[in-house]
Amino acid sequence: MLRDITLGQYFPGKTVVHRLDPRTKLVMTIVYIVALFLAESWSSYALMALLLIGMIGVSRINAGTILRGLKPIVVIIIITAVLNVFFTRGEVIFELWIFKLTREGLITAAKMTLRLIMLITGTFLLTYTTSPIALTDGIEALLSPLKKIRFPAHELAMMMSIALRFVPILIEETNKIMAAQASRGADFETGGIVKRAKALLPILVPLFISAFRRADELAEAMESRCYHGGEGRTRMKKLGMKARDFVTLAVGAAAVAAVVLVNFLP
Amino acid sequence: MDTVIRTENITHTYSPGTPFEHVALRGIDFEARCGEYVGIIGRTGSGKSTFIQHLNGLLKPLSGRVLLDGNDIHASKEATRAARFRVGLVFQFPEYQLFEETVYADIAFGPKNMKLTPEETEERVFEAARFVGLRPEELKKSPFELSGGTKRRAAIAGVIAMRPEVLILDEPTAGLDPRGRDELLDNIDSYHRERGATVIVVTHSMEEAARRAGRIAVFEDGKIVMSGTPTEIFRNGPELERMGLGMPKAALIAERVRGLGVPLGRDIYTLEAVRDALISLRKGGGGDAT
Repeated sequence: MLRDITLGQYFPGKTVVHRLDPRTKLVMTIVYIVALFLAESWSSYALMALLLIGMIGVSRINAGTILRGLKPIVVIIIITAVLNVFFTRGEVIFELWIFKLTREGLITAAKMTLRLIMLITGTFLLTYTTSPIALTDGIEALLSPLKKIRFPAHELAMMMSIALRFVPILIEETNKIMAAQASRGADFETGGIVKRAKALLPILVPLFISAFRRADELAEAMESRCYHGGEGRTRMKKLGMKARDFVTLAVGAAAVAAVVLVNFLP
Repeated sequence: MDTVIRTENITHTYSPGTPFEHVALRGIDFEARCGEYVGIIGRTGSGKSTFIQHLNGLLKPLSGRVLLDGNDIHASKEATRAARFRVGLVFQFPEYQLFEETVYADIAFGPKNMKLTPEETEERVFEAARFVGLRPEELKKSPFELSGGTKRRAAIAGVIAMRPEVLILDEPTAGLDPRGRDELLDNIDSYHRERGATVIVVTHSMEEAARRAGRIAVFEDGKIVMSGTPTEIFRNGPELERMGLGMPKAALIAERVRGLGVPLGRDIYTLEAVRDALISLRKGGGGDAT
């Protein structure tokens, strides 16, 4: 059923990557994405891949887990690759009807595919190694300068952490409801589109009701603990930058510089 | 009596091959005979709920077989689907799966999936409503207007309406008040008796297990560690205590009464048995309940 969703899932661990300050990891992820889009030559791609593989190695994330995470975007990757192969102008090496396969197209498609895979894997690395709570703390801290212009950084972070927290709960709930309706002979797998859409009703109605019930309960639980928004709120676990964070950031800066420089190499 | 459902050495592991891997069942041999009332007890996380989901084919065992009347329920898709209708499974808090506009329509969901005629569906809905003690006017209401206990009965009726030969309930009385609990269990008893159905109930209440079940299976850490009549099971008081399960209250009362010097017999595990033993003592009998 819905058990294999690895998207945005956190895998607890104790490696250096896990223990980095969430702000460092967020900034590094943004730096990584920027560098990925600056990369043009093969050698800069190689450098980025090396960096990514190094990070995966240090964080001890299972290669199988990463491959499973890529599964949902396979279709997007294939479509992008096909479009690039056939719609890039250049030296034609193969022609069939209106489709022209070009050398430049092949190269762009290969690079695009690599870029997408590295983009997804790199950003997954962030959620794989950072607990949702740490992640939202980091986002709030990074956005807090904007509080001066009345940007609701705390509320935004709270909404994000609640939403993230509820993803596994709702998945579990969906599984339970599906199992219960399947026990009464509900069939979700056969029939045309209309029949399948109708078959979802016995799942969606109870799911919505339970989501509202949970939201009510959560609001009540928060209020009974005197939650009243971000104003004057202190934390039990304060974020703190350590030596490893500065080292990581320095490595990140060096990597971007290297990618830009290497772009001039063939 | 013939065996209606049997499992042969089934094992189950959740999320195999990931950091969340969890072995839930470690080889379960179980059988229930036609018309039997089996209680399943065990601590939270001992594999009870995982186990019962194997009995109607919702979960597929990693190894081992589930046999319904001697046929593997995973032999084909049709066999699995047929098993769903013959083995009715009521989950914990079943009131959370109600979805239709009226109670009637919700109870009719199972029979409709069985492709029964409208007349037959109607007959089944009214029969199921009678078994769980729902009044006819309650069938026209929206299930969301009902009280918690009535919602639960409506949800159970939705399974009973399929007329399952094996009815399995996972903690059907959790969260109900004492009277609601007794009434619900009486309703299940009447389905058990009148239809001759096999009933399997997962429970945390030793009292319910002692009083209602003809046989009890004790789960611990993904295995069945004990199986037998309530008397056979509750004779192992210290062992049950060690598993964190304990004894029925009536057994503790009987123990206290014996401590007062009253020669109460052995094997007294229900309040009715305590009462009968005391009455027969007053009449000058031996007082032995067995």
